[in-house]
Amino acid sequence: MNFALEARGIKKYFGPVKANDDLDLRLQRATVHAVVGENGAGKSTLMKILYGIYQPDSGEIFVNGEPVTIGSPDVAHRLGIGMVHQHFTLVGPLSVTENVILGVEPCTRGLIDYKFAEQQVREVSNRYNLTLEPTDIVESLPVGLQQRVEIIKVLFREARIIILDEPTAALTPAETSDLFRIIRDLVADGRSVVFITHKLNEVMEIADDITVIRDGRSVGSLTKDAATEKELARLMVGRDVMFSISKPEVTAGEVVLNVDNLTSESVSGDQRIENVSFSIRAGEIFGVVGVAGNGQDALEEAVTGLRRATQGRIELMGKDITGLSTAQIRAMGVAHIPANRTATGLVMDFPLSDNGLLGHQYRSIFRNGPFINRKAVNEWINRLIKDFNIKAPSLNAPAFTLSGGNQQKLILAREMVHEPRLLLAVQPTRGVDIASIEMIHKALIEARSRGVAILLISNELDEILSLSDRIAVVYSGRIAGIGDPASFTVEEIGLMMAGAGKEVV
Amino acid sequence: MSRFLSIELIRSCIRIATPLWIGALAGIFSERSGVVNIALEGMMLAGAFGGAVVSLCSGQAWIGVLAAIMTGIACGLFHAVVSLRCRTNQVISGVAINMLMSGLTIFLMQILFGNKAQSPTAPRVLEVTIPWFDKIPIIGRIIFEDVSPITLIGLLLVVVTHIILYYTRWGLRMRAISENPQAAIAAGVHVHKLQYLGVITSGALAGFAGSFLSIGVLDVFTKNMTAGRGFMSLAVMIFGRWKPFGSLAASLFFGYAMALQISLQEWQVPPQFVEMIPYFATLVVLAFVSGKVRPPAATGKLIDR
Repeated sequence: MNFALEARGIKKYFGPVKANDDLDLRLQRATVHAVVGENGAGKSTLMKILYGIYQPDSGEIFVNGEPVTIGSPDVAHRLGIGMVHQHFTLVGPLSVTENVILGVEPCTRGLIDYKFAEQQVREVSNRYNLTLEPTDIVESLPVGLQQRVEIIKVLFREARIIILDEPTAALTPAETSDLFRIIRDLVADGRSVVFITHKLNEVMEIADDITVIRDGRSVGSLTKDAATEKELARLMVGRDVMFSISKPEVTAGEVVLNVDNLTSESVSGDQRIENVSFSIRAGEIFGVVGVAGNGQDALEEAVTGLRRATQGRIELMGKDITGLSTAQIRAMGVAHIPANRTATGLVMDFPLSDNGLLGHQYRSIFRNGPFINRKAVNEWINRLIKDFNIKAPSLNAPAFTLSGGNQQKLILAREMVHEPRLLLAVQPTRGVDIASIEMIHKALIEARSRGVAILLISNELDEILSLSDRIAVVYSGRIAGIGDPASFTVEEIGLMMAGAGKEVV
Repeated sequence: MSRFLSIELIRSCIRIATPLWIGALAGIFSERSGVVNIALEGMMLAGAFGGAVVSLCSGQAWIGVLAAIMTGIACGLFHAVVSLRCRTNQVISGVAINMLMSGLTIFLMQILFGNKAQSPTAPRVLEVTIPWFDKIPIIGRIIFEDVSPITLIGLLLVVVTHIILYYTRWGLRMRAISENPQAAIAAGVHVHKLQYLGVITSGALAGFAGSFLSIGVLDVFTKNMTAGRGFMSLAVMIFGRWKPFGSLAASLFFGYAMALQISLQEWQVPPQFVEMIPYFATLVVLAFVSGKVRPPAATGKLIDR
């Protein structure tokens, strides 16, 4: 039988780097084919080859059984191949319709036929239940809807084969399940979907067939029914992955952080916490879980001094730190892994070495009078790179050239090496590959064993439950429940996150 | 009617505003293609000079206007090549063109006419009265009676630019490029080609605006006769939110401020203060407006290829 899309023996080298080394992919008609692999495994390179952005060094591509050469995205469009990029290619101030028709505008007598175009957009939107208004301005839409604009763009160009590159990376859980519904509708309509991801639970939910890629090679090609998450993880990483974390027994020490009746607003002004009280002891991980937007930002910003609390008291080692500056709080031994690593954690255009230095630049060992002591800094950063297994081209590579996992490891390294008393880790594993997640979790557990108090804020309930010694569920800026994780069932926590729980202490 | 609102004052306002809104349209074509164009001043000056010289040589004012447009196109091509092909900073390229044109026009005047200050008298584009339309009450006297054809064409250009920008392929692609060129590239748009087209069109319009100064209202070229009108056109464009009709309205506001200044000079106010009015108005308006208008996001940025 012939496949909607087939790639055989694809090779693509960038200098000495073998991005794709003998890759195969067989996409059956009207199915979802998941391509899974770690960051840097070669998924994106393969997709760019299928979409005509890169040319393979060798290998063959067949569309509907016919051999083809995809020389450019234009050719891909003509062959019915469309792609939704991980980073959207939308023009914010333009309308949905304008974005959809850009490049292929329907015209009559020199003028764009907006009426026809809007009708087409509405038709597609209704057919797949995308709930998009053709005249809405794209930048005013939430991320989930913006992604649907990308999907309409692809459909408007009459794609039969749709490549979705890490489509769930920026979506909330609700948006993700909506996307899956849309994907199923597309497949029911006879279209074939390539779904690129590294989230295994999503693979198990949506895929029909799975191709696993590691180090540029296809290391497994299996059907969903024959696969398990564990098996996929083993193929992806190349060894067994620990899903459960073993925590050594640690006797909690003195109280490190004490938050008393805290009320504060987030810098953005759209989140707040009210009358929140808790304390964390040395050697304890305190997990705060909730649906995004329920006051987590406000808590993070208040504890790190980014925002002055309106009411209440924050104490570190018994000293009042309410109202102190971020620099003062950091100097007292508070380390911070911020929620948004690209905006708050790193300066993306700065080289690795400068990013590793951020926050430590005043320390005398890194200074030579008023100048930076480059030699000392580089030695130190080299140690971080080695100790935390950060994969980077060089010390001078800008942060944006690193994968998400390596960026996060760099932040972790920077924050951990000076032995903080309190570590504030916010969404420490968001958008990070499995191997890095494992490493970051291990680092948190080790810090706990050394007696660091850890405030872990995360939307991932699994993460919170497997790491935390005590947890608090936040809803609408208040603590809906606090206590030993074993004292709640997952259902109870889910209810509290949704605002239906009652207070348990 | 009062000193602040008379038909004469409004006619004068429109006359003063004409080069400003045409200049602002020039700015729109460039900036909406993603290229900053502070060279408007120099392009206008070059157009004014080219227009005057060719009008003088040919004895035909309209051939002069055509020459002004061609001069502007040459300037636009220069700005496009320097800032797009050579990838020079667009502001620096613009400043260079302004300084070059200021010096070059004086130099050429010395060579051609043996006089650094002004050219000999050249044929100018004469005012016209449009039959029938001039009978419309008030409007007829303001716009259609004894009016420069350049003003009328300028008004038409506002409408044409609006249609191009919002109802044609070119316009949609321009708007996309100035906001997110990567998205335009991903959609298969030939970004580079359109940027050239935009900047060259910008030059043509700036040259046309320049012709109004030398062979429209006047009949000579005098040195540095644009006197900041190119920069004021940019202010008009910003005040008009990079939109054609917005720019027209903004230019009329500035035109009014200047017309008022001229009519107030008969008063007992010290002339230095009165002369400040248009520039002061520019500053005040920009200070109030700048925070609220959002320029095209990608204008002035180099595009990765």
